[in-house]
Amino acid sequence: MSVSEKDVHYIANLARLQVTDEEAKSYAKDMSSILDYMELLNEVDTSNVEPLEHVIDLDSRFRKDEAKEPVSHEDALKNAPDADSDYFRVPKVIE
Amino acid sequence: MSTIAHERFEAVIGLEVHAQLLTKSKAFAPVAAQYGEAPNTQVSPLCLGHPGTLPVINENLVRYIIKMGLATDCSVAPKSIFARKNYFYPDLPKGYQISQFDTPICFDGFIDIELDEYDKRIGITRIHMEEDAGKSIHDQDPYNTLVDLNRAGTPLIEIVSEPDLRTPQEAYAYLTKIKQIVQYLEICDGNMEEGSLRCDANVSVRPRGREKFGTRTELKNMNSFRNVEKAIEFEIYRQIELIEEGGEVVQQTRLWDTTKNQTRVMRSKEEAHDYRYFPEPDLPPVIVTEELLADIKEELPELADVRQKRFMEEYAMSENDAVTLTESRYLADYFEEVVSFTKSPKSASNMVLSEVLRVLNEQSIDIGEFSVTPERLAELVKLKEEDKINSSAMQDIFNAMLGNKKSPEELAKEMNLIQVSDSGFLEPIVDEIIANNPDEVQRYKEGKKQLMGFFVGQAMKASRGKANPKLVTEMVSKKLQN
Repeated sequence: MSVSEKDVHYIANLARLQVTDEEAKSYAKDMSSILDYMELLNEVDTSNVEPLEHVIDLDSRFRKDEAKEPVSHEDALKNAPDADSDYFRVPKVIE
Repeated sequence: MSTIAHERFEAVIGLEVHAQLLTKSKAFAPVAAQYGEAPNTQVSPLCLGHPGTLPVINENLVRYIIKMGLATDCSVAPKSIFARKNYFYPDLPKGYQISQFDTPICFDGFIDIELDEYDKRIGITRIHMEEDAGKSIHDQDPYNTLVDLNRAGTPLIEIVSEPDLRTPQEAYAYLTKIKQIVQYLEICDGNMEEGSLRCDANVSVRPRGREKFGTRTELKNMNSFRNVEKAIEFEIYRQIELIEEGGEVVQQTRLWDTTKNQTRVMRSKEEAHDYRYFPEPDLPPVIVTEELLADIKEELPELADVRQKRFMEEYAMSENDAVTLTESRYLADYFEEVVSFTKSPKSASNMVLSEVLRVLNEQSIDIGEFSVTPERLAELVKLKEEDKINSSAMQDIFNAMLGNKKSPEELAKEMNLIQVSDSGFLEPIVDEIIANNPDEVQRYKEGKKQLMGFFVGQAMKASRGKANPKLVTEMVSKKLQN
């Protein structure tokens, strides 16, 4: 098993997901088998292959440094789960 | 500083400096990157992390960072890519920061720093592009954290030094140099107190002669040049003491506490990061063509070191004066503008170095906020050059100019300081002084020529500062010729 239950809990925590021990056990198994399968790729010699950073062969197009109209303050806060008249409001982050 | 400790240990310091770029719009969204606006009014769907939005890179982000790279002798990567740095925090709505990881756009450069006793070359490992997060406010609401996303997406460059710095003073000199360069390039205002320049420091110590680095700590939360210097100094001695007492330095992030003047460990909860960088799929690679590079090189201004040498040659200035005048680009610009109106660099530099700098210090302001325009200062210099006023009058008029918009000539007339070069007016004054001071006249005639100063002083007093000292000197020496 290349992925342990501990790894699953760690990754879940980074993604802010709640995972039960039961689930962790089953995900560890699934993820291990996916990674084991991917090991197949290591059989290919890629020492002379440039890494693929982007799937479409494009260069960045630059945008002129110009400011356009921002969204309105009301619209900006409209979809927030919680806000006061100025700010987005979230549970206190520090004690 | 305890020199005994320093004899046995040396510090190894590397700095990470973030500079906020002076672009009109954000890094990847076409909205203003402005400060001091009402909260959450300078935002676009992209800054808010809304689904379906795509970043498009700001041309000036690329141009400005390449300028910085060229000014610090970096290589510029013909191709570099963006990466996502993943973490959760309320002021980062996307859940990741767009940054660069494996392929910084600029790398392998250096900055030369000057200290009192020696000069030193500090290596630059890399300079990369990234975006800023928003602002979290924790102390306004007792139950909630408030978030302002105006700053989210503002372009930053991060300048990472090699671990070449050895003392807090070197770190200070290095930061000062970075500030000077970004100001000369006009890519960042360089204000650390306001956060447009930010600095983290990696500090470790090792016994002298040992090559291997000791365990390092990372220092954060230093919001002025002096605090960086103080925090590093504190940390060096903390580590040395710890080792001398048989302890071990633990790798950790420490925060500088400005009120207690010490570093304290950041709680591990704030620290547990695993950023899982991966290539940013929404942005294609940044390609820097030869043409783009040549175009940016063309735009590079004269930097401080070059300008300083030119000032010494072109204006026959001492090294000290040239260093002071070129320390800030804006002061150097101001000085050269005064010169362009007067053609008299000597008087112009005297006025700027003594009077203008004095006022800037007294009022704690920058040259940009100084009330006398170069053109008005030049008029004053011209009055003196044309012998219409003398030096003490020049100083009085300068002080009067600070408080109003009148021309120096107007002020000179109002204050009755226009120099009198009329011999009809001066002759009776000089005659009277000669008549009233027979002793001095006698000694002067016997060869005590220094007494000329006395006669001129008397004439100035009698004329209430209006006499042309040159003319008085001529008259006295003629009249007292044997």
